[in-house]
Amino acid sequence: MASSHGTPPVFNNKVIAWIDHRLPIFSYIEKEYHTFPTPRNFNYFWNFGAIATVMLVLMIATGVVLATNYTPHVLMAFDSVERIDRDVPQGWLIRDLHMNGASFFFIAVYVHIFRGMYYGSYKAPRELLWILGVVIFLLMMATAFMGYVLPWGQMSFWGATVITSLFSAIPVVGDSIVTWLWGGFSIGNPTLNRFYALHYLLPFVIVAVVALHVVALHVHGSNNPTGIDPKGPQDTVPFHPYYTMKDGFGVVVFLIVYSLVVFFAPDMLGDAANYIPADPLVTPTHIVPEWYFLPFYAILRAVPDKLGGVIAMFGAIAVLFILPWLDTSRVRSCTFRPIYKWFMLLLVADVVVLGWCGYNPPAGFFIPLSQVATLYYFFHFLILLPILGKIERPLPMPPSIADAVLKKKAG
Amino acid sequence: MASSSVPADGHGDPTRRDFLMVATGALGAVGAAAVAWPFINNLNPAADTLALASIEVNVKPIELGQAITVSWRGKPVFIRHRTAENIKEAVAVPMSELPDPQTDASRVTDTAKKVRPEWLIMIGVCTHLGCVPLGNKPGQDKGPYGGWYCPCHGSAYDTSGRIRKGPAPLNLAIPQYLFLSDSLVRIG
Repeated sequence: MASSHGTPPVFNNKVIAWIDHRLPIFSYIEKEYHTFPTPRNFNYFWNFGAIATVMLVLMIATGVVLATNYTPHVLMAFDSVERIDRDVPQGWLIRDLHMNGASFFFIAVYVHIFRGMYYGSYKAPRELLWILGVVIFLLMMATAFMGYVLPWGQMSFWGATVITSLFSAIPVVGDSIVTWLWGGFSIGNPTLNRFYALHYLLPFVIVAVVALHVVALHVHGSNNPTGIDPKGPQDTVPFHPYYTMKDGFGVVVFLIVYSLVVFFAPDMLGDAANYIPADPLVTPTHIVPEWYFLPFYAILRAVPDKLGGVIAMFGAIAVLFILPWLDTSRVRSCTFRPIYKWFMLLLVADVVVLGWCGYNPPAGFFIPLSQVATLYYFFHFLILLPILGKIERPLPMPPSIADAVLKKKAG
Repeated sequence: MASSSVPADGHGDPTRRDFLMVATGALGAVGAAAVAWPFINNLNPAADTLALASIEVNVKPIELGQAITVSWRGKPVFIRHRTAENIKEAVAVPMSELPDPQTDASRVTDTAKKVRPEWLIMIGVCTHLGCVPLGNKPGQDKGPYGGWYCPCHGSAYDTSGRIRKGPAPLNLAIPQYLFLSDSLVRIG
């Protein structure tokens, strides 16, 4: 089928031909998911976009089913979730899939973001593609946060209190904004209702932005581990069957790991305090957000000033938006950046350390540790990236993807 | 926009059509904002939420050195019966040591301007990110300044509820309250 690239497909089935003549969805699928020329050298990191898409669909499917049994009221929400767990047929399964699905969605997206950073996928001409990805990440964080409030346990309530109170750091209008977010003077029934409405809405907004992300991806095609643009047919293979198979394999392996957690350790990633109904008068001794927020939570706490902490936390995500312009190196892939490669891995270690700090109470050596880790995070993006791109001497690059692949095979 | 309405003689002077376009656009923007407002304001507290009942608390059963927590506006309110030692400690702190300088006396004055240093009444919500600080119940960690300690992000308050250490920017808030008698206080 690779030979058919560039010529419009001919459909033998008359019904398909009739439809395609009026609404060319089959031509579109043929062009974008069948003959689409894709670099021949993807490694398994390139599976995670497809994996994240599968998780998004799975979250929406399980979420819609859960919504049929959930009651968004402060007096009934907790019990309705317990009822889903205990009384509703297979409710425990759907809930555990959804609950852990959020974690595995974030795992897939974090790996996907790492892939983009390590191989320089954000560089020209893919800056907008990257920015759309950061928008998806932000939408995911908002959706996950609001979803965590719905079971109305202690962590739901106090996590929501802490996160919404972040906005009170804004000078002058902060308190009015918080009251507006809450619809009252504390987190209460109006808050739960609006979070539920938005938690149902935002995933569909994510679907729309994912569609834009994919459209932008298909303009210039995927990056690849060498970061070199394909120069001709010898550098690419058709998307189907090569990458439908490889993605399918990756998805199955990922879902096996996910299933192991869902069936054998469904509460491993959650907090036991969320099985205590929300109590507005008692704060749990140790408030921790879900694991996927821990690095950002650590940055918030690292700054010993309220407004400063909030700015640092949002800044940690904001730097991702301008990453394509902070990186001055003309080489995309870390494979050919002998110095940056190690700093990139150091950044990963730094984020893990931040997560560890975010998990622990803000006392003892976790305070200086989180401050050092926060400083390195911003140093990496704002100082190291612009300077290193100018002074680093990249390794010699192979002339093409085909050369790189065949040479590796021969050697 | 202007280029499409440049007159045939080539001059770029604004025409009546330009004026109409700008005026229509401006009116459209005002209209859109006017329609958006009800949707935004809709999320503000409703009338029933705003109709705040004040509460009356009998403080007679609170022994010297003890404290209770009552719920007001969905938030905890701390009422502490302070010991002479607590008061002495709070009064002795120099203003220069306080991130949010307030005298102890100004924090124990009711709406009738009567000072009752033995009763400290505060909203028990950390001014950092809204957790309920520990220290109101016996046995809880009162923090390094003997008042309250917020476990969430480590803010420490003194025996007057003033912020001394940690990320919280302000002292614990004092609600409006009035002592109706020596043992009955109205909050709100």
